[in-house]
Amino acid sequence: MAGKTLYDKIWQSHTVGVLPTGQTQLFIGLHLIHEITTAPAFDMLREKGMDVAFRDRTFATLDHIVPTDLRQRPFLDQEAEELTQALEKNVKQFGVEFFGLESANQGIVHVIGPQLGLTQPGMTLACGDSHTSTHGAFGTLAFGIGTSQVRDVLATQTLAMDKLKVRRININGALGTGVYAKDVILYIIRKLGVGGGKGFAYEYGGAVIDRMSMEERMTVCNMSIEGGALVGYVNPDDTTFEYLKGRPYTPKGEAFDRAVRYWRSVASDADANYDDVVDYDGKDIEPTVTWGINPGQSVGISENLPRPEQSADPEGAKKAYEHMGWTPGAPIIGTPINVAFIGSCTNGRLADFRAAARIAKGRKVNPNVRALVVPGSAEVKKLAEAEGLDKIFEAAGFQWREAGCSMCLAMNPDKLSGREISASSSNRNFIGRQGSPQGRTLLMSPAMVAAAALNGKVVDVRQYE
Amino acid sequence: MNDIVKISKISGTALPMRGNDIDTDRIIPARYLKEVTFARMGEYPFFDERYGSNGKKKDHPFNDPEYRGASVLFVNKNFGCGSSREHAPQALNRFGIKAIVGESFAAIFAGNCTMMGVPTVTVDETAMRQLMKSVEENPKTEYTVDLESKTLTYGDVKVAIDLPETFRSALITGSWDSTALLRANLAQVKETATKLPYMNNFAG
Repeated sequence: MAGKTLYDKIWQSHTVGVLPTGQTQLFIGLHLIHEITTAPAFDMLREKGMDVAFRDRTFATLDHIVPTDLRQRPFLDQEAEELTQALEKNVKQFGVEFFGLESANQGIVHVIGPQLGLTQPGMTLACGDSHTSTHGAFGTLAFGIGTSQVRDVLATQTLAMDKLKVRRININGALGTGVYAKDVILYIIRKLGVGGGKGFAYEYGGAVIDRMSMEERMTVCNMSIEGGALVGYVNPDDTTFEYLKGRPYTPKGEAFDRAVRYWRSVASDADANYDDVVDYDGKDIEPTVTWGINPGQSVGISENLPRPEQSADPEGAKKAYEHMGWTPGAPIIGTPINVAFIGSCTNGRLADFRAAARIAKGRKVNPNVRALVVPGSAEVKKLAEAEGLDKIFEAAGFQWREAGCSMCLAMNPDKLSGREISASSSNRNFIGRQGSPQGRTLLMSPAMVAAAALNGKVVDVRQYE
Repeated sequence: MNDIVKISKISGTALPMRGNDIDTDRIIPARYLKEVTFARMGEYPFFDERYGSNGKKKDHPFNDPEYRGASVLFVNKNFGCGSSREHAPQALNRFGIKAIVGESFAAIFAGNCTMMGVPTVTVDETAMRQLMKSVEENPKTEYTVDLESKTLTYGDVKVAIDLPETFRSALITGSWDSTALLRANLAQVKETATKLPYMNNFAG
């Protein structure tokens, strides 16, 4: 009999029972909440007279609407202030741990969970945000959920779910210089399509993934949902355990050793059965840039923009060209930019800022570019400042901000204006995503964003490496 | 205890929204997620493509008076991709949509719709071509989505529809409103929890 995947193992140990509908009632080991999707959920709980079932497995923070510069209360944005007050009131009433604006632990949910050692292998995890897949980097099954499901997790610490199939994606060989984790996941989405992962969990492996740090694995897992896969994960290994050691919520002493034994055991068996397996080679991956209006519409830096007729979805490509204004067949290199954004749950961690700072050091942002660097958490900000990265960015002409989701989805004042084009280290280039209905987003790695900021246009970052 | 609402048949006129990979940022721009409740979501679906920056109405199926009052939405592939924001199905539902028929749906979006009692059912490419043609030619056409027989009927045409069996069961039995169902098993939930190593400090 074939071995089990990590997905099988965690699904099994967290199954409470099968519901009359046929769905599984799945225990959720960690519930992370933020201000956007939760107010109606808490209201519903109050209405039904229910409490939070497992308060000590629930943690809250502020990330989406939080300003990254002027943070005095009340916020200038009245709606942001109202939502923040609603969360503050709710966490107090229901007794949930809260990393608020003043907390040293505040930040983007998918940055602070791992940083604090809350996210651990062998757990299920849920959060009212689609990029919850990020936590899969630790060997968890991490689900992005909607408000009604947030209500269910609050009230019962469970979800009604259907089991997924598992696709193993091997990235073999090695990455070239100037090619990063962001390029790997953009490549995968381009290959398999934005709907390719529907019905699947993605298990990432192979030599390239094995060699990756935890922050790089988080970048890859983060964008699983952009490929249509609800869940994406990497099997836990020594890199994982090393990262977790000594963090605030990680077990200590003998408990840590026992934990490592459990964590090792949840990795997929060598003879596990997969529903599908695909193989890619790291040498085929270039610095990658999205040119269109979904994350699957990307090209390698040396490539020309595709012709719509040659695309898998000619109508979709035509719509993308209508919005973006490029010429099919033109090179992506040289595309002008007005704004540069380095941050987000995809690429807002220390490794990302180090990579971008290496490019920016001793150089200047193009005078036509407005450039922002937004740490993923207060802790990342502190660590980056300890290394002097903030000074490097500021000397080059980048703005160094406070932690939050910022321009990834522009729910705070950090927005594009008019037809501005941004080079962005975030995860979505949908129409209107960065705050302007006519705005245009080019997704790329943090190093590529830095290079574009210096030049006022898209360039090949490898010229600097 | 709230009343159980069973959903098995939805009838009404339809609204065609053409295009693959229609994402949740288009369905509901992020700025509307700042509202504390869902109450006004019905005012916002596809807002930025329906209204110019000067507030002027643009040509768009959701603005078209011919489709006013429609309760069934027709879509193509990978509808609702992107964010987990429940505001997206809330916007469509509060606008008047009670069922969505498409070639395929993004996972989180389909789950959110089901949790709200809005069926998301699939038909093949050919069937969707014909459905969109039929409503564009005659916006007054009545469509009936029947979850029990798994069919969509209009005039004398019958089309096979599909959806995950678990979703179908949830809608038909009324347990799509899941909290009570899950909460009833709280004792088993606690039992499962105690067996998980990380819930008892890895006591083995």
